[in-house]
Amino acid sequence: MARISGVDIPDNKRGEISLTYIFGIGKSSAQKILTEAGVDVNKKVQEWTDEESILIRKIISETFKTEGVLKSEIQLNIKRLLDIGCYRGLRHRKGLPLRGQRTKNNSRTRKGKRKTVANKKKATR
Amino acid sequence: MARSLKKGPYIDFRLESKVDAMNDSGKKSVIKTWSRRSMISPDFVGHTFAVHNGNKFIPVYVTENMVGHKFGEFAPTRNFRGHINKKDKGKR
Repeated sequence: MARISGVDIPDNKRGEISLTYIFGIGKSSAQKILTEAGVDVNKKVQEWTDEESILIRKIISETFKTEGVLKSEIQLNIKRLLDIGCYRGLRHRKGLPLRGQRTKNNSRTRKGKRKTVANKKKATR
Repeated sequence: MARSLKKGPYIDFRLESKVDAMNDSGKKSVIKTWSRRSMISPDFVGHTFAVHNGNKFIPVYVTENMVGHKFGEFAPTRNFRGHINKKDKGKR
């Protein structure tokens, strides 16, 4: 088990997939990291040599924001919107979608689980 | 570069000249504006604008964080107070 940028322990998977377990690294940035380090994307993490993993760690820490740093940056961006009281900030406050999507139906990702309203009229017969 | 960046920010001409005049004279007063689509430029920081929301003017004090947003974002046009309670609706 390798430890990269703090807490993450990707495992016996291909490097390309394994790196995506780090918050802030998706498949395309994982591929970029590996090609820059000169490691084959299909090589499993356990097969990495020490030098390779050191190089990969270096590339990630130098060029990418991951985990806590990234999460706190996102929170700061949201907080800025809340503080200036703009439309997007208000929507964040209310837990509704920010980008003008409809809210009559759907948008469950933002709104969370359905809250059923009691005594709602049944469909007319 | 995105097309919208190439085109540059939109700021209502008359609004901009009003702010420039205020900056030059050093006076501060509330500026009424209907131009919700104008972007807030760095020159506007520290001034108060009364932005129209279709019904009345909402006072907006511009801070540094607001630069790059539009005036309309700070004056909501809809005011949702919640759904009508069913019991109240029946009485009327």
